[in-house]
This record gives sequence, structure tokens and C-alpha cells, in this order.
Amino acid sequence: MTSIGTGYDLSASTYSPDGRIFQVEYANKAVENSGTAIGLRVKDGIVLAVEKIVHSKLLVPDANRRIQSVDRHIGLATAGFLADGRHLANRARDDSSNYRDTYRQPPPLKEVISRLSMYVQAYTLYSSVRPFGVSTIVGGVDVNGPQLYIIEPSGISYGYHGAAIGKGRQLAKTEIEKLKLSELSTREAVTEAARIIYLVHDDAKEKEFELEMTWIGDETNGLHVPVPKDLLADAEQKAKAALENFD
Amino acid sequence: MQTVDMQQLKAGEVNLGTSIMAVQFKDGVVIGADSRTTTGSYIANRVTDKLTHVHDRIYCCRSGSAADTQAVADIVHYHLQILTQQSGSAPTVATAANVFQKLCYQNKDGLMAGIIVAGWDKEIGPSVYNIPLGGGLFRQPWAIGGSGSTYVYGYCDATFKDGWGKEETINFVKNTLALAMSRDGSSGGVIRMCVITEEGVERLFVPGNELPKFWEGEEVLGKPTKIIPESPAAPMEVEA
Repeated sequence: MTSIGTGYDLSASTYSPDGRIFQVEYANKAVENSGTAIGLRVKDGIVLAVEKIVHSKLLVPDANRRIQSVDRHIGLATAGFLADGRHLANRARDDSSNYRDTYRQPPPLKEVISRLSMYVQAYTLYSSVRPFGVSTIVGGVDVNGPQLYIIEPSGISYGYHGAAIGKGRQLAKTEIEKLKLSELSTREAVTEAARIIYLVHDDAKEKEFELEMTWIGDETNGLHVPVPKDLLADAEQKAKAALENFD
Repeated sequence: MQTVDMQQLKAGEVNLGTSIMAVQFKDGVVIGADSRTTTGSYIANRVTDKLTHVHDRIYCCRSGSAADTQAVADIVHYHLQILTQQSGSAPTVATAANVFQKLCYQNKDGLMAGIIVAGWDKEIGPSVYNIPLGGGLFRQPWAIGGSGSTYVYGYCDATFKDGWGKEETINFVKNTLALAMSRDGSSGGVIRMCVITEEGVERLFVPGNELPKFWEGEEVLGKPTKIIPESPAAPMEVEA
């Protein structure tokens, strides 16, 4: 790492001579160490799935959720520092309810994203703060249909058909690219998402993980809710079966 | 605060003692208003435009204090411009009405404003929202407002029908306003109307001497039906 020892990586308010902000790049490292999170934008909705690494057998199942609700129709999945993700989700909720207060209508996703990414970007400007150690997948269904975005620690945001962040993102992306997202239903996407998370999970390095999955679409009446237990169990079973065939 | 009385106006404040109206039809809405603005009994403006633009396809009809309603309409106009710039598309009538309602409710103690919001949007099509004095919000197929409206509720109830076209709706608005203006002392002048559809906004004008006429009573000193023969003047009886 050429940045170390030069002194240009000590503060987010200082550029390196070749125009980089190392603190932001380090924040991306924090994301790369995290369990994978993916998002699929399909015909009639959004599916969010997270590979939640369980670091202790003493943990209560379902604890430390990494997918949160921002508004009735918006879900947010993070990879990176869990606490940063929670803070960002809280901020997104404030942004969302502010919009509702002013215009009395559910905010379009684009609006929440632009406000949230401005907030993330502000943390790359000052020496007194560190950039967010999370990449965020935000998915939702608004007046314009299903929408999916990623916000990176730099504050940059893009819209996607399929999104993957965290440790296994490369493999996840190649798998997502094979899907015909525009023809898939959310129900089918749930099985695909489960399969991809199980596929990218490396059991040699990481022991246990929990599959956390939520969806938004016609089946949920446009609400962001967890995938029902039976459907989730079914998807996990299919994922395991697919893996055995894969090996 | 139980009652809102007209005495809330400051001495000399300009009042829109008004007749305003908005009606939706298949392709859009027709809104209309009289043109009288008063300070007490003095007509401060007899050709006022109470149909106020807040967005491309959203207008409001203002009644109450001229200053208050202008200020509120300006603020809503500002909000809708910001929203349009941010979202890249035109706001809905519902959103505009909600912004109006929020301002009217939160400042209910300081405002005297009865506003009808009407227009056309991509999501719903035509819609009319009534925001009366306390700051409530009601979607209605037709709405009337201002002091003159009290005289014509019965007429509207008896006349309005669903499924009218543009011309029928224009006539309904024109006739209702003419009736209200003829009974209400604080309404009068000319009728201004707007037809708001997807295609655009069309302004209509009815001069004061071409208002629709209805029954206006008999001349008090009309032609007598029976001529009583004139009797010769009689000398006054004088007491002896």
C-alpha cells in the first residue's frame, strides 16, 4: 500500500498528490470484508438478500439484522460496519418522513437516494469525521415501478438492475448477470437470490451464516417485508440442492 | 377557537368576499370566480383575478383575505417549483392540495383563507380539493366557496350531474356564479373561468353586462294592472 506512511491517508479532508482520498478507499476495504449483500430488480418488484455471518454460536437467531426498512415501500441492505448501516438507515428514515411531511406522498426512491448520498458525501469532506464504512443497497417500489440503487462510501450512487456488495460481490455479479431479470417474478427471484448467497458463501473461511431476505412488490402489496418463513425455507432448501449439483 | 368570524380582518384589510367554484369533468376541471375585491363597503378592485396559477396544470381559487391567500399561493408555488426541479416531473394536484392544507392548518389562527385547489395530473386526471377555513382537506367532484357560495348550495345540489362534458360544465359554473353574484353583496363584477385539461389552460371571460340572467323580481313600481279613475281634489275640511 503506497498510501501508508505518506501522511495523505490520515484525514478525509486531504487529497493525495495524485488526487485520491485514501480514507474513502479504506472505507471501501471495510465493505469488502463484510458478508455479501445482493439486490435484484425484477419485473414486479425487488428482492434483497444478505449473507449474515454469525460470528458466535451464542447469538440469538435473527439478531443484528442487516436489512432495514426506510419507509413502507423502501428497504435498505448494508455491507460493512453494522452500526454505520443503522445510522444511515435512521437518516434515510428521517429524509423519507421529511419528504412525506412536505409533500404528503410516499417519496420516490430517487429522492431518498439523492438526499442520502449527499449525506454520505458530506462525511468525505471534513477532518473531524470518518467516511461511512458501508455500501448500501436501497431498493423499493414507487410510482415509477421497482428501483434499485447502491450508495458507496464516497457518496456516489448508481441505479442497477442487479446489485452486489461485500465479500462475494464479484461472483455474485457474474451469477446475477446470467439471470433474465426483466422476465423474473419476485417469487422466482427469491429462489435465485437464496441460491446466489449460498453459492458465494465460502464455508472454508467462514463457519456459520444466516440468510436474511426481504422483498417488495405486487405480492407484498408494495410493502417492504421479510420473505415469509415457509418461502424462505423452501428457497434455502432449493439453494442447497442446487449447490450440490454445482459441486 | 370554535368560530371563525369575519371580524378577524384588520381595519381596512382587503377582503375577497367572494364567489368561487371548481368542477371536475371527464377531461379536466373548470374553475371560476367573480371579480370583486372589497375593503369594507368600497370595491377596491372590480376586475380581480382570483384564479391563481400554482403550477402548469394546477390552479387555486382564493377566498378570504387577499393578502393571506396570495402569500399562501406564493409559498405553494415555490414548493411545487422545487419539487418539479428535483423530481423532473409535474406534481399531482393531490400534492399541491396537501401543501396548501398543511400551510392553512398549521397557521389556522393567523390566516383567513378558504381555498379550492383544482387541476389535472398524469396519475389521477382531473381533481378538485376544497380547503375551507379551519384547514381541512376534502376531495370533491365540485366545490364552491366564499361568501356567495352560501346562496347557491341548493342550486348546485339540484343541478350537478356526473358525466358532463366541457361545455355543460362551463355553463354550470357560469350560471352558479351569476346566481351567487346577484344575491351576494360582496360578490360581483365579471366572471373569470379557466378550463384545465391535459392539453392546457384555457381562460374564459364573461363581462358584467353579459352575465346569465335569472328571475330578478318584478319592478316595485311596475305597470298597475287596474287604473283607478282620478278623483277631483276635495277641499280640506276645516273645523268651524
